[in-house]
Amino acid sequence: MEVSVTINGDSHTHDVEPRTLLVHYIRDVVGLTGTNIGCDTSSCGACTIHVNGESVKSCTMLAVQADGQDLLTIEGLADGDVLHPMQESFRQCHALQCGYCTPGMVMAAVSLLDENPDPSEREVRIGLEGNLCRCTGYHNIVKAVLHCAEASS
Amino acid sequence: MIPAAFDYIRAGSAEEALAALAEHGDEAKLLAGGHSLLPLMKLRLSTPAVLVDIGRLDDLSYINDAGDHLAIGALTRHRDVETSGLVQSQAGLLAEATSHVGDPQVRHRGTIGGSIAHGDPASDLPSVMLAMRATLVVRGPGGEREVAVDDFFTGFLETSLGDNELLTEIRVPKMPDATWGFQKFNRRAQDWAIVGVSAIVANGSAGVGLVNMDSTPIRAAGVEAALAGGASASDAAEAAAEGTNPPSDLNAGPEYREHLARVLTRRALEAAGR
Repeated sequence: MEVSVTINGDSHTHDVEPRTLLVHYIRDVVGLTGTNIGCDTSSCGACTIHVNGESVKSCTMLAVQADGQDLLTIEGLADGDVLHPMQESFRQCHALQCGYCTPGMVMAAVSLLDENPDPSEREVRIGLEGNLCRCTGYHNIVKAVLHCAEASS
Repeated sequence: MIPAAFDYIRAGSAEEALAALAEHGDEAKLLAGGHSLLPLMKLRLSTPAVLVDIGRLDDLSYINDAGDHLAIGALTRHRDVETSGLVQSQAGLLAEATSHVGDPQVRHRGTIGGSIAHGDPASDLPSVMLAMRATLVVRGPGGEREVAVDDFFTGFLETSLGDNELLTEIRVPKMPDATWGFQKFNRRAQDWAIVGVSAIVANGSAGVGLVNMDSTPIRAAGVEAALAGGASASDAAEAAAEGTNPPSDLNAGPEYREHLARVLTRRALEAAGR
């Protein structure tokens, strides 16, 4: 079945099997491998991208469901060489260890601040409950999100 | 994990969806947000030959004030329910419970109708439907019918929805002055409830629904009867596990679940001011 999507501002059209998961489409067909596959069971959030501006786990969506939608992946977040404020905040606060959860964590955090620009620490922790860090590096991740919210206000 | 192959039909209207169901019968499954069905399909626990995608039926995504009740379109996303001022003011228990479904990413895709039609005893929203005594509107080839929530859940992941029927609307009584409590016990963030309780009290009568205490979502009828007879919250909560048949899994056995049901029911009733 033919699927047309916009990813990071670029249009893509491919013929895919209906059972193709969106994350496999993004990684294997389009070739954008910044979005990671972690648990593959919609638990860990490593595959989080934005669909029409909202965080979604791309392992739990079919590519055909994304037809005609506007997608944003980690590759599309920075403005050229200038990091997105959330990426910059993760860098400054050392909010990553092994880095595997980072693309999904950053995408979830950007969506969180879009919906709640001035969250409390508790709201950040609850808002990121769909993302697991296998290094358990949550302390600095929460710090980075709060730092980004503060810097943006 | 990749689902087994299936034919994909994107419905442009409820009528198209019903026509596809009529043609393919029990070979077909409806796909709304997909956050209950796709995980099962990836594990190959569900292998429908035909997937009918109703996710674009925007005319079934709405929250309307319909006089004595709220009319909520089956394809309304959890995110839209939890942030709706109308739901927050008229059905606060539903808004609160919805904010505990899965995680933000799940709530951006999952729908109220999909969650209820899935009929999972471990999911949060059916307990709210039971506590609030919701009515479900179902459309089929012969037109529409209304189903009281007590007649909807018939078995494990089974509902009274026919193979050729579509859940279109959820009707929740407006209860602006109700007091309520929602309790969800789990050990890790975003897990399913090991046990959960929805309790609501309005005009002196109480509704209590239980999560994960039987093979279907189940009403705590003994608690409701005790409260109607004037029992205190803690006395009524002692009846929470009566008539239930809780499952056993890695998290908990039946006895522990029965204990949780009693404790969480008491807490939910106390939060509801009983």
